[in-house]
Amino acid sequence: MTATVSRRLLLTGYTLLILMPLSLVLTGSFKSTPELFDSPFGLPDSLGLDNYRTVLGEQAMSTALRNSALVAAGGVTLTLVLAILAAYGIARIPGWRGWVIHGFLVLGMAVPAQANMIPQYVLFDQLGLLNSLVGLVLIETVVCLPVAVFILAGFMRTLPPELYEASALDGAGPWRTLQSIVLPLSLPPIAATAIFLVVIQWNDLLYPLLFIQTPEKRTLPLALLDFQGEFLTNYPLLFTGVIVASTPLVIAYVFLQRYFVAGLTAGSVRG
Amino acid sequence: MTKLTGPGRPHPALYLFPLPAVVLYVVFFVIPTVQAVQYATTDWDGFTPDYESVGADNLVKLATGGDSLFTNALTNNLTFLLVVVVLQTLLSLGLALMLLRNSKVSVFVRSVYFLPAILSSVSVAFIWRFIYDPNVGPINQALGAVGLESLQSGFLGDPDQAIYWVAMTQVWAHAGQLMVIFIAGLQQIPEDLYEAARLDGAGRWQQFRHVTWPLVAPTTAIVVAYTTIQSFKAFDLILGLGGNPPRGSLDILSTRIYTTFTNSEFGYAAAQSLLFMAIILAVTVLQRRALALTQRGA
Repeated sequence: MTATVSRRLLLTGYTLLILMPLSLVLTGSFKSTPELFDSPFGLPDSLGLDNYRTVLGEQAMSTALRNSALVAAGGVTLTLVLAILAAYGIARIPGWRGWVIHGFLVLGMAVPAQANMIPQYVLFDQLGLLNSLVGLVLIETVVCLPVAVFILAGFMRTLPPELYEASALDGAGPWRTLQSIVLPLSLPPIAATAIFLVVIQWNDLLYPLLFIQTPEKRTLPLALLDFQGEFLTNYPLLFTGVIVASTPLVIAYVFLQRYFVAGLTAGSVRG
Repeated sequence: MTKLTGPGRPHPALYLFPLPAVVLYVVFFVIPTVQAVQYATTDWDGFTPDYESVGADNLVKLATGGDSLFTNALTNNLTFLLVVVVLQTLLSLGLALMLLRNSKVSVFVRSVYFLPAILSSVSVAFIWRFIYDPNVGPINQALGAVGLESLQSGFLGDPDQAIYWVAMTQVWAHAGQLMVIFIAGLQQIPEDLYEAARLDGAGRWQQFRHVTWPLVAPTTAIVVAYTTIQSFKAFDLILGLGGNPPRGSLDILSTRIYTTFTNSEFGYAAAQSLLFMAIILAVTVLQRRALALTQRGA
């Protein structure tokens, strides 16, 4: 009895701990600075959109929003295509050869970004891919490939080999087998991987910070960080930026929760 | 009928499928990683075409504590790591135990706890920078309002405490994510074992100690390993909370390497990143040992 009560209390307390900061940001984005300071957790006096007008208008957040969407769309698509192809090959190449390719690609997960970012910077500079959204798509793809291959090859290896043999007996080549048998079966892990990649690439700060030099190429996290310099204590504007940067993922989360959880979990389970 | 495929005879075209990924990965990931090792033995500034080889000087200087900025970042990082790993693992396990049953309420509450994990670290940092603000932030305001000024804190502005407050923020953002991993692990423990333990007269704590803890060990290992990597990668959170470049009290290894890099010390930053990899490896190995020991004891 007391156990149930204390369990409820603890869970309610933690729920408040999660929700209060989030509601603070949402309501704060509609407040003026004095209003926020006077009553941080209160409801805003009005739902005035001044902050949003400032943030999306002159502050070039809309450009950042567009850039982030482009980079995430391009990066996630490219990563997925490459990883699906690689995982499929790995799963079907028998014996040690398949495992060697598998291990080689997946080994990259053990290398922290800081370990190779400097030569990458130099290489992208030589190729003229600095300060370019194409360059960002490429680098996000490359650094996400190991974990995407890890998740997808892990799944495709669990498909029974008889499946491939039967398909080959029916006269289907490797490409047909991928299209008509493996892809449909792999949709749930592909969806989870896609979401995992969207979260990573949409939120990434490091590579935009390294590679992007001009405001019109900034992605959201970078624009937000630069914001901090401009509006050091204008919290309502910072909060508005946070809402703008987070809303797309939060809306997607509400509808696709299962895949978010599956994706972020699969991405972290690499013991 | 001829044998089209078999265990020994893969379709040769299958080797083409991993090829694009392997090529991109080699050119843009593997070769740069190898080059980092070469850079690490130079004093290259990233711009001038000529540079001197300095051999192992960079590494020796870093490893022997000759760079106080690096040593400071390492100390901060290890403190941060320790606090986050202990707090986050215990908290997420506790939450998982409380939300184990798949009732409607549990599933909903879990989804709320998970939510911060999808926000960018920069966003999370901005929320907490306000909450921690010593002058206008709600914590100090509330303490002041009830006459508890003595408990007010400088939070991020207090060099002795700053890294702990960053650790709290990290736990806030990711405990829900690791809770989900624990729930998956806990749900695989057969109910019979608990029943057997209860028949033997085991109380709640004894059930936890003799059934839950040893059997959830593989999951704990995953959570700890992941949290460790996360703590080394807390780059975005630090820059969001501490500005760019961060103050000394908030500097961790990833931000230190980045700052060295932006100061055009490419060779030296590469040496730092090599040491960084070695440190991550060492910590991971030590942790596995430690975890194996606690589980043998349980």
